[in-house]
Amino acid sequence: MDARTHISIQNLSVSYGRQRVLKDVSVDLPDRKVTAIIGPSGCGKTTLLRTLNRLLDGMDGVKIEGQVLVDGENIYDPKIEVTRIRQKMGLLSQKPQVLPMSIFDNIAYGPRIHGVREKAKLRQIVEQQLAAAGLWDEVKNRLHEPASRLSVGQQQRLCLARGLAVKPEIILGDEPTSALDPQSSRIVEQRLIELKADYTVIVVTHILRQARRIADYIAFLYLGELVEHGPAAEIFANPRDPRMKAYLTGEIS
Amino acid sequence: MGFRQRKAEEMVFKVLMIGSTVIVTGSLLLIIGTVVVKGFPAMNLAMITQTPKGGYYLGKEGGILNAIVGSLELAGGATLLALLFSLPIVLYINLYKRRKSRLAVFTRFALDVLWGIPSIVYGAFGFILMMRIGLRTSLLAGIIAVALLELPIMARAMDEVVRLVPHSLQDASASLGATKLETALHVVTRQCLPGIITAILIAFGRGIGDAASVLYTAGFSDRIPGALLQPAATLPLAIFFQLGTPYPEVQERAYASAAILTLIILVISLLSRWYGRKFQKNSIL
Repeated sequence: MDARTHISIQNLSVSYGRQRVLKDVSVDLPDRKVTAIIGPSGCGKTTLLRTLNRLLDGMDGVKIEGQVLVDGENIYDPKIEVTRIRQKMGLLSQKPQVLPMSIFDNIAYGPRIHGVREKAKLRQIVEQQLAAAGLWDEVKNRLHEPASRLSVGQQQRLCLARGLAVKPEIILGDEPTSALDPQSSRIVEQRLIELKADYTVIVVTHILRQARRIADYIAFLYLGELVEHGPAAEIFANPRDPRMKAYLTGEIS
Repeated sequence: MGFRQRKAEEMVFKVLMIGSTVIVTGSLLLIIGTVVVKGFPAMNLAMITQTPKGGYYLGKEGGILNAIVGSLELAGGATLLALLFSLPIVLYINLYKRRKSRLAVFTRFALDVLWGIPSIVYGAFGFILMMRIGLRTSLLAGIIAVALLELPIMARAMDEVVRLVPHSLQDASASLGATKLETALHVVTRQCLPGIITAILIAFGRGIGDAASVLYTAGFSDRIPGALLQPAATLPLAIFFQLGTPYPEVQERAYASAAILTLIILVISLLSRWYGRKFQKNSIL
């Protein structure tokens, strides 16, 4: 693949207490592509994703070794400002996590903490992001209602819009469609594909068909090891490792 | 065991359970009934609009406005003071420290021990503290003693709700580049607001009804307390002093005062239940 590397994971190991969840993972993730991290449950997919924006920091008994370079900068450098790293990456979780405030404030929350104060500017950001998420027409008359009143599918699109409002470069999705109905899943998948024009998209998924639909690049984890990675077309057509083959044929899942 | 024996067992325990329930709910009605019936003859508008008249402390005329206002000021001030300490403690042990860290575990233990300390001990401790810093019996001293009493109750009640905030919600806020403080104040506190308000009301209810902690610290006065350094009357002590007199008219006034205090506490607990219900209806999750 000719794409520029956006995130370079180098010799990354993570342990929870004595249990090693990620074992010496090294992989370069391409800029402005959709990368799917796949593998059977418990293989470390989510852990890998969460190391990318340092959400494992401060958890009980977690030990992280190795490096993660984003645009060549080691995000585990002690001198780095963690809030800036996280702002660079929007996160979509398994269940949409709307903030306990109105629809409007959910989007405006990020810009506000980063110093946007003018109401007109905030209104413009909110409208723009909701429109981009395809939500504007559905919610424009109820912007000041609690976001928790939206349907789960709408909430997930709101969370995506909220993440984009802080101008990230990378979008991280942790099985972002697992709580959604098929219709909402399709909308979110479609959005992720569109977003790769401007963002690097990294999605953890346990749905192989979803990976086939959206991924340009695949990283396959098995029991904490990175078994195989490369362009999706190549891997799906010609898996090399027997474990990868077994996963694709459904023998391990 | 035979069928009949099991059935008899079932019956016996059912009767015991029903009995306990009836005794407890019945005693609530009995308490309220006693207070209202005994205090009824003394109940009049003057009770809640005037200060005592016709004799120091134990006047047979006038009202107990001094104690009503004193209690509200005292419990209000103490609740505010307790809140200023409780919320930071709770946010710190839940968001900044790992929930099972030594400090968090120790803090919870300390709060539980503080919760169990009898209020007379807070009163005595408050009194010693006052002597040390040269403070006389006053509204301020009462506020400090009652705040000590309320703090563990409030903090533990808040802790129970803040603990339930899912990690993923904190992650969502952190992922937008929020600092811990921003997440604590804008997301966690807001998510828990109904629980926090309930905790505040519970602590207030506990504080306003306590006699022992204010006995040596707040003092008593027939005047409505106008400043922090003046002694303040409180409803529990008004009841205590009035009940202790040999005059039936004054004892009736004690029951009327008790009815007023019970009413205030009833309103507060209804408020907190109503708030809790409202929270469930607009549940975030």
